[in-house]
Amino acid sequence: MATQLLFAGIPAADNIESLFAVPALHCVGCIAKIEQGLAKVPGIESARVNMTDKRVAIRHDPTLEPPALKAAIAAIGFEADMLADPGVDVAAAENKALIRALAVAGFAAMNIMLLSVSIWSGADGATRQMFHWLSALIALPTVAYAGQPFFRSAFAAVRQGRTNMDVPISIGVLLTTGMSLYETLTNGHHAWFDGAVMLLFFLLAGRCLDSMMRVRARAGVAALLKQSAPGALVLDGQGHSHWTKAVDLRPGMRMLVAAGERLAADGRVVEGMSGMDIAFLTGESAPVPVGPGDMVQAGALNIDGPIHVAVTAAGPDTVIADIARLMEQAGQGKSRYVRLADRAARLYAPCVHLLAALSFAGWMIAGASVHQALLIAVAVLLITCPCALGLAVPAAQVVACGALMRRGVLVKDGSALERLAEVDEVVFDKTGTLTLGRPVPRDLDRLAAQDKAILLALACASRHPLSNALRQALNGGEAAAIENVREVAGEGVFGRYGHDDVALTRPRSLINLFGLASEYRRGNHATLLSFADALRPDAIDLIGDLKQDGLAILIASGDRPEALEDVARATGTTAIGHLRPADKLALIERLKRRGQKILMVGDGLNDGPALAAGHASMAPASASDASQLTADAVFLGDRLAPVAVTLRVARRTVRVVKQNFALAIGYNILAVPLAIAGKVTPLVAAIAMSLSSLIVVANALRLNGSAK
Amino acid sequence: MTGLVLLIPIALLCGLVALCAFFLALRSGQYDDLDGAAMRMLADGEDE
Repeated sequence: MATQLLFAGIPAADNIESLFAVPALHCVGCIAKIEQGLAKVPGIESARVNMTDKRVAIRHDPTLEPPALKAAIAAIGFEADMLADPGVDVAAAENKALIRALAVAGFAAMNIMLLSVSIWSGADGATRQMFHWLSALIALPTVAYAGQPFFRSAFAAVRQGRTNMDVPISIGVLLTTGMSLYETLTNGHHAWFDGAVMLLFFLLAGRCLDSMMRVRARAGVAALLKQSAPGALVLDGQGHSHWTKAVDLRPGMRMLVAAGERLAADGRVVEGMSGMDIAFLTGESAPVPVGPGDMVQAGALNIDGPIHVAVTAAGPDTVIADIARLMEQAGQGKSRYVRLADRAARLYAPCVHLLAALSFAGWMIAGASVHQALLIAVAVLLITCPCALGLAVPAAQVVACGALMRRGVLVKDGSALERLAEVDEVVFDKTGTLTLGRPVPRDLDRLAAQDKAILLALACASRHPLSNALRQALNGGEAAAIENVREVAGEGVFGRYGHDDVALTRPRSLINLFGLASEYRRGNHATLLSFADALRPDAIDLIGDLKQDGLAILIASGDRPEALEDVARATGTTAIGHLRPADKLALIERLKRRGQKILMVGDGLNDGPALAAGHASMAPASASDASQLTADAVFLGDRLAPVAVTLRVARRTVRVVKQNFALAIGYNILAVPLAIAGKVTPLVAAIAMSLSSLIVVANALRLNGSAK
Repeated sequence: MTGLVLLIPIALLCGLVALCAFFLALRSGQYDDLDGAAMRMLADGEDE
């Protein structure tokens, strides 16, 4: 005990760090409130907010458990979710390495260019010699450091017997540097150090853009990526409960699950009654009532009251893990997709190498020296190095993704845009995709203003999904001041307004077997409020638009066929119901075998495998985490219009990329004859390279307004 | 010539210093939270 007192207040070395996602962060006030508020909590050493990722990193005493930390953040007024062990962010580390390489290449390119300009403007003799040596001194370590991303990728491709864009780049850069070094050693007239380093700089700029686009989109999704349940309170024999991490849960353990918590493992209810929100599994918004003996799945949200659950399956044996495996398998087809630039490089690289070899042979036959012929071959390689190609594709894709991001669409990476452009059939999920996926109260307008105020106050006191729906629908209104508010699990919210008892409860008479309803009571007067899952406001227009663009449309849902009838009739499309996750996957595979390029639009975990299998996929931001991670693009907001916009922008982007390819080839047709004729000096190479890069970037910038 | 011998190393050194400064900034995480940095300067200074 004494030692513990001794250490109080001193930053302990064994404190651990936990990461929480706090999506509601939006201003400097939030930062100050969280950082200062948390630092005052006993056991917390410090808290640091990362605004870009909407995360809080808390350093705390290891005895402080995640629920306590979550409660501490909630006490300050923010909803938080613990993030799984962040591990090493590979993409971010790769991006940093690329930025470092870009900085080095930029520094070197500027300084070598400075020296080269003096040579071109007439420096001669010993001065030129000294400048060449200085250039070599800067260029050699730069090529060795900044060229690594290309050399590594080229080496990996060659070892597998393939060729990609990086092969001609690596050969070009290495040969140019080697030849320039030889020229410097033998007091030659020309050295191409500036060309080699500038090439690296331009290509690294393209590579950086590409990687930044991926990191940015991933950060947007990762902010939403919550760990469904990092663990659970486990009861031991003596009636004590202690926090156990999800990985340590074993079948037979007894979990205590409070209302508002998610389950960390599959199990059977042994005590208590409650409603379970299993929308993540079925996509259905209505909570399912459970009691002793009922099976419940990991990831389900307990809504009404506390229950005791005996664990039957944990970790990799849970239903949710099964779906994850299905998704992984389905996603393997997508990783086989070869990107446009690499497809072009497969044709381009052999052509270029053949051309360089032929010019070498040609000049040898024409009687030139080996040295002279080699110089010309190097010039051909330098000129044809796919600088414009390497920059053209990422530049176009970054500009398009930026335009889409302003419209509320996060596209994961460039290959997603390419695949979206090829789509010819769209498969929609119903619940949560075509519909909002949340109950919306109907006929609220019948109520008087005062009743609305009371209703809002009652709804604010509960976390039930129907209360949430009421709160959203009445948002902006004044809440009435009601007293003695209490929530009875499984019954409703009760309170007192003036002289009347008021209540928001579950309906006493079951009017409609499938519809959702709750009952509002004031005094003796009772009103039945019915809820329905509404279509997204522009779903019908969107489907019309897509059909006009010549796309086939299909609705595939896990819902009952009767529930699909309305949607199918309103949109005039075929709808298939009663599909389990594996059935949806099979449907997509069947369509794929017919040669269709499928865009899957879905939100639930039950759509996950289908999202992974589709040629391309999109998910709304309200989708389950797994779906958002799998989808190629995530769109925000209640409207579906972004789907059509994204497809249009994707097609335009591919068009611009192809234009850029044409421009790059046109430039080669002009410059290669010069190189073969031996007229390309370092000056000509520098001008030609910068000019072609500028042209393709300018062309890519035209996409900036494409998402309007 | 003597001028060049003096000035070119100075120019290169300046560039190198800037490059090192950028690397240090990158390593110390100054680019990790650009949105937060933009907001933190508006804070009243109660923290830290």
